[in-house]
Amino acid sequence: MKRVYVNEKWCLGCRLCEYYCAFQETKESDMARALKGIKINPRINIEEKNGISFAVSCRHCEDALCVKGCITGALSKKEEVILIDKERCVSCYTCILSCPYGAISPSQDGAIKKCELCTDSASGIPACVKGCPNNAIVFEERLG
Amino acid sequence: MALTFIYPEYEVIRNSERCITCRVCERQCANEAHEFLAGIDKMVCDDSKCVNCHRCVSLCPTHALKITKSGNTYKQNSNWGGKYIDEIYKQAESGGVLLSGMGNPENYPVYFDKILLNASQVTNPPIDPLREPMETKISLGAKPQNIKRDKDGKLINNLPPRLSLSMPLMFSAMSYGSISYNAHECLARAAKELGILYNTGEGGLHNDFYQYGDNTIVQVASGRFGVHPDYLNTGAAIEIKMGQGAKPGIGGHLPGAKIVGDISRTRMIPEGSDAISPAPHHDIYSIEDLRQLVYSLKEVTNYQKPVIVKIAAVHNVTAIASGIARSGADIIAIDGFRGGTGAAPTRIRDHVGIPIELALASVDQRLREEGIRENVSIVVGGSIRQSADIVKAIALGADCVYIATAALMALGCHLCRSCYTGKCNWGIATQMPELKKRLNPDIGYQRLVNLINAWRHEIKEMMGGMGINSIESLKGNRLMLRGIGLNEKELSILGIRHAGE
Repeated sequence: MKRVYVNEKWCLGCRLCEYYCAFQETKESDMARALKGIKINPRINIEEKNGISFAVSCRHCEDALCVKGCITGALSKKEEVILIDKERCVSCYTCILSCPYGAISPSQDGAIKKCELCTDSASGIPACVKGCPNNAIVFEERLG
Repeated sequence: MALTFIYPEYEVIRNSERCITCRVCERQCANEAHEFLAGIDKMVCDDSKCVNCHRCVSLCPTHALKITKSGNTYKQNSNWGGKYIDEIYKQAESGGVLLSGMGNPENYPVYFDKILLNASQVTNPPIDPLREPMETKISLGAKPQNIKRDKDGKLINNLPPRLSLSMPLMFSAMSYGSISYNAHECLARAAKELGILYNTGEGGLHNDFYQYGDNTIVQVASGRFGVHPDYLNTGAAIEIKMGQGAKPGIGGHLPGAKIVGDISRTRMIPEGSDAISPAPHHDIYSIEDLRQLVYSLKEVTNYQKPVIVKIAAVHNVTAIASGIARSGADIIAIDGFRGGTGAAPTRIRDHVGIPIELALASVDQRLREEGIRENVSIVVGGSIRQSADIVKAIALGADCVYIATAALMALGCHLCRSCYTGKCNWGIATQMPELKKRLNPDIGYQRLVNLINAWRHEIKEMMGGMGINSIESLKGNRLMLRGIGLNEKELSILGIRHAGE
């Protein structure tokens, strides 16, 4: 399965991935209109320290602790992508506590949010991958 | 000094309607021009720090930024232009020689822009390169003067070592140190994929790049940095650098601050020591001396590698080239006064040397007249900006061209001319780890390949239009050129007729 992989060697910590992620979520056509005056809450986040930076988002683990721990069955795995059913989520945050990568976060709409690989976008390529200026975030199939 | 007279040269214009304060401009500016003011949730900019490299402009996701020349003007004066006034102020503050990066930007004539190409009509019909074969392959080096046969009448192979290229273009010398490891990797990988050559410059060859040896020209310059037998034998050709178009008559100086780690190892000099390339080669004061170095290098490489001698285009370039053609060198590279550099004294860059078009035409003519044109191939550089410049250079008599500025632009260079600060925001002319990672060779090398392949298509189109199906038939074919707006003297030096003639 194609996944989002991050190569910290090329990550510049520019955080454009965070903004493209947030923009994609708004379904607007113009980024300025979509994100002007808004504090974004993206599903991918840059971690950086001492000159090293990399983007963290859901890894769609094979044996996903978040899915196991979800008390309502809101998190499920479909074709190896972990999806969130917002209707069923009760914001208990068990998934947030159990995710070892810190890739799940609360949101404003009464449900948690996480990367779903932009499965609903027209191009099928995640927005963070498309927006990364240095190929530090790639969407590809890897063995093992 | 507390007071500076210099007003910022550029102004960063931010469209506050479009700025979403994502702060990418702030994170990407090594000059720290942009700043986020958290209290008022606003981006601000210190224009005096802006070098106009366009990194922020290119990365701004909402196109909220643009850079303009600042409108500040001194009192109108046809003699004392603003540039001269600013330079006086700068030198009065610093007491130093003015430094510049990249090529001569001043308003001298560009002869390539005053030359037009021919096309076939009715007779000698044009060729469609999409339908018919079109040869762009070339071979560089000396040609034997006569055919030799053995006692049985069979041909003796007396062909000197030659370079074979898929098209008449090479990446010219840029040292590892002046540009980053990643920039070198881009050039090396692109040269290999394109079937052309790149040039190490005077910085030695990093161990990782020995694998690209067949596509590498190794340079020997006045500082002799990084030169050893393995290095010489790894390259496809050896270039002796006598001069550089951007700074004829002077040497080079890579500050000790940049001589760190791999760069120090590759150059074979201690960390932190300045890498000073003297103006002359201290063992070359005549063509005879040059001949000794040419043959020393041939001896080391068992006469298997062509030797290039690179000179800057200066006033008596024809006589110098004539000497080089008799020195045993296989190829002469001539670098015009527009040629680029990482750092040069501004006055030298802007006032020394001559245009490459004139140097090329007169060298080719002189070598023909003296019957020694076949002794050498001629490679020209010094602002080949696009494919038509290449076609015109070949028709003027060049065998091949060198490009470097255009190659760096493919990698992201925006000609901000601040290479010498070492803070290249595009990761090219820098050794700072956080900046050099901005140039991912996977992207950079592909952009170079794209550029050169695009030029190859255009060259084929132009040749086809002239009814010519191989570079060989274009070489020195000055009848394919016409001057426009040139006087008799210029036309006679270029050896071309005026449009309409």
